[in-house]
Amino acid sequence: MSEEERRGTPVASAAAGSPLEPVSTVSAPADEGRLPSAGGTLDTSARAIRRENLRQLVRSKAFITGAILLLWWIVCAVLGTVFSPYNPVHGSLTAFNAAPSGAHWFGTDSLGRDVFSRVITGARDILIIAPLATLLGTVIGTCIGLVQGYFRGVTDNVIGRVVEAVLALPVVIVAFLFVVALGPSAPTLIIVIGVVFGLLIARTVRTAVLQERELDYIAVARLRDESNSHIMFVEILPNVLGPILVEFTVRLGYAIFTVATLSFLGFGIQPPTPDWGGDVASSYQYLAAGYWWETLFPALAIASLVVAINLIADSTEAVVIQ
Amino acid sequence: MTLSASLPPGSQQAGGLVLDAADLGVSYTVRGAERQAVRGVSFQIRPRESFGLVGESGCGKTTIALAIARYLPRNGKISSGSVTVAGQDVASLTGDALRRLRARTVSMVYQEPGRALNPSIRVGRQVSEVFEVAGLSRADAAGRAEEMLRKVQISDPGRVLRSYPHQLSGGMLQRVIIAMALAAEPALLILDEPTTALDATVEAEILELVSALREEFHTAVLFISHNLAVIAKMCDRVGVMYAGELVEEGPAREVFEQPSHPYTVGLLRCIPGRGQRKDHGRLDTIPGFLPGPGETPAACIFAPRCALADQRCREEAPPMYPVNGARAARCHYHERAGTLPRATPEEAQIPPPDRGQEPLISLRGVSKTYTAHRERVHALTGIDLDLHLGETLGLVGESGSGKTTLARVLLGLTSPDEGSALELSGSALAPDAARRSRDQLRSMQIIFQNPDSALNRRHSVRHLIGRALTKLAGLTGAEREARLQEIIRAVRMEPRQLGLRPAQLSGGLKQRTAIARAFAGNPRILVCDEPTSALDVSVQAAILNLLGDLQGKNRVTYLFISHDLGVVRYLSDRIAVLYLGRLQEYGDADMVFSAPHHPYTEALLSAVPRLGGMPGERIILKGEIPSPAHPPSGCVFHTRCPRRLASGVCESEEPPLAEVEPGHFMRCHIPVAELRMLQSVETQ
Repeated sequence: MSEEERRGTPVASAAAGSPLEPVSTVSAPADEGRLPSAGGTLDTSARAIRRENLRQLVRSKAFITGAILLLWWIVCAVLGTVFSPYNPVHGSLTAFNAAPSGAHWFGTDSLGRDVFSRVITGARDILIIAPLATLLGTVIGTCIGLVQGYFRGVTDNVIGRVVEAVLALPVVIVAFLFVVALGPSAPTLIIVIGVVFGLLIARTVRTAVLQERELDYIAVARLRDESNSHIMFVEILPNVLGPILVEFTVRLGYAIFTVATLSFLGFGIQPPTPDWGGDVASSYQYLAAGYWWETLFPALAIASLVVAINLIADSTEAVVIQ
Repeated sequence: MTLSASLPPGSQQAGGLVLDAADLGVSYTVRGAERQAVRGVSFQIRPRESFGLVGESGCGKTTIALAIARYLPRNGKISSGSVTVAGQDVASLTGDALRRLRARTVSMVYQEPGRALNPSIRVGRQVSEVFEVAGLSRADAAGRAEEMLRKVQISDPGRVLRSYPHQLSGGMLQRVIIAMALAAEPALLILDEPTTALDATVEAEILELVSALREEFHTAVLFISHNLAVIAKMCDRVGVMYAGELVEEGPAREVFEQPSHPYTVGLLRCIPGRGQRKDHGRLDTIPGFLPGPGETPAACIFAPRCALADQRCREEAPPMYPVNGARAARCHYHERAGTLPRATPEEAQIPPPDRGQEPLISLRGVSKTYTAHRERVHALTGIDLDLHLGETLGLVGESGSGKTTLARVLLGLTSPDEGSALELSGSALAPDAARRSRDQLRSMQIIFQNPDSALNRRHSVRHLIGRALTKLAGLTGAEREARLQEIIRAVRMEPRQLGLRPAQLSGGLKQRTAIARAFAGNPRILVCDEPTSALDVSVQAAILNLLGDLQGKNRVTYLFISHDLGVVRYLSDRIAVLYLGRLQEYGDADMVFSAPHHPYTEALLSAVPRLGGMPGERIILKGEIPSPAHPPSGCVFHTRCPRRLASGVCESEEPPLAEVEPGHFMRCHIPVAELRMLQSVETQ
């Protein structure tokens, strides 16, 4: 549109030193005063941009809400066992299925365990498994996507069809198959979710890489006799980190959901370890009897964590992709 | 029924001003701070007058255009002064009145024709809509749309109206947009760089068209361009902008012949033209840099870059001094402006190329055929070329003529067809860069047109050049650092800029970084693919000087691709003219640029608007460059050739590339003596 916009973000600070100021040309050769005009420098350093991005994030209400919620659950995951009012595993034999009260804020479950304590301590496993699985998925997805987007052609087609074949089944079903085969454990969950998500992330990375692949700096690198891995990881990767970061945050929300679903189905975190999905599964049969609190609070916990992650994901995307 | 009946009163009033900008100031609010983009600009446009605004990027030309139509982005506002269009104060308009202004009084044509139309709606619907807004019925509007397209010299309006924008060429789209802009018979037509995105031949057509339409519609025109020659050709009066201020204003011819502001003087000296060549001397440049956005000047805004500036200029802001009646210049010493000393020493030492030896590069029968949509697209056909040590071969032709494909084939980025032979110093070059030896790779490097694409935006200048030194020159550690400093100085950058990333550099500095990187491995051949096309003229002059100096110092051979014939001529020893992937003419620069030329070269030369020269008989190439998937029979140029022979030989037989005089080759059936006679008027 306007020229001002086309020139990118003009930042006021000329403090970086306009080359017109004699002070800044001390190190320049003697004829620098006659320097042919080639324009000055703008203060749009990577650091300034990062600072500006961060400022925009902090200003967004969605991001702050999400961050506070997430922070709460992280505190619970780390310190839950310390400040939970009751032992989450051992129930009281006298007070089972007790409605929320002053003593038990969220009531107790059918085994007399304090629901509040179980919700708080239940954050731990899910907050270990989901992020690790997503991280693994991001690494796998980035590698696959880089290879697909960089080599294109046959390589891209073959990998692409394999990925599609796997993804033709619902994620939970694929994960389910592997967990059944390998037996439920935290590492299994991480690997299974990581691999499946990696395939999904690969598609986004591939698209971003395909765009970068067309730019001239790739041709320049080829003319410099750079290896393919150098071009992929040193030249292209830094330029596609934005979409990858967005993909990571979005997938993290799904990963939490997937872990909770698998637990609900009995293939995730095993009882009696407090776990939201598992708690919903073991209590929803009592809903008909009117013991709603045993199901509602773990379910709310899952929802609030997923919402928190998605709020963060959305606002990150708005800032990174602009 | 005409639309003029519905025009607001005032727009047609005789004698009244169409546009009156008085002390206009425009500011943008960026992150809470107000930045003045335009300061105290005053100018008037009278009915039927054509006014040109010229200046380098970022000087506020487009901002003024946007302010006139009240199209400023949300963070922009008219901060002082006023704009009056056909008697209405633009700033005071709201709602309906503003819509009427934009619909009927002011029309705008933008640089990118492809982005001005909705890609998913047929052209016909979009053109008709303009008439429907004016109150015509759907049927009447469709009729008027067709009539309007005829007026912009579209020979087959029915087909164009049924097309979607992507099915039309850039030149055709720009015609459609001009038709839409003129549909409401506006009082003022604003053309914002209307031909910058187009080929020279298409540009010539569009400029002719605009001139003809001005005669017909009596519309006042505000013509914005960075190209001084275009402005000189198109405008009665001109305003020169610098850093948000109007520094000089007056009749176009007088301003360009005898500029009264040092900036105008400097700008005119930056442009290579009138047959200027690198061995005649360096181009002059404008020292220093544009003031940063938002910096408010204390006094004369140009003083820091002006060799005539003294204490008075730094303390006292110059008013618009009247010069010779109709002109004005914002300079205390306007009467001395012409005596501005040169900013760059003139003498250049570029040894003549070494033609005696074996050619450094030799191409024989190089062809490239792509397969797209089951069609064979002939991008290059049978190219034979030699490049000698230390010479510059200029490669010219319209877009789609195969210039870039040839460069990519040479570098090994695109594999040519079987049977193409490439040799470097007598040894064969593999078609794919990956299979060339490191020595061969090091010998050939490239400078791309767009440094934003050619420089990895995540890497610092130090990394960008340092990596090239490591890989191509095999340097490490202290040795590498020393060479890095040396190279940085050679391209006139400063060591403190090593830590910066491309986004922190201006266009000129980015291109210097790209040049430094290209020279890192001491290449013998450097492909320059439109290296200055994305730059302003003052920066272009500096880059051309730099390329000339480096060639003189390093004895490097350039393959120089550009659509700007002035630039090509300045740097080139020999010229090759490509059309549809075939060499049409090839020879010493002076021979190619003076008669006799191939009819295509003649048309290219004629299409370029020139400063100063009398507008001679212009050859306008009709139609568009044919698709390389279906090249015409016989001579590929015959469909557009103004000198096609009546005998029909041009349609049936492809002429050979014959040597018409020593070192001058041409592919044309017309005998050279006849061409010489026909083209007796010297072209440049």
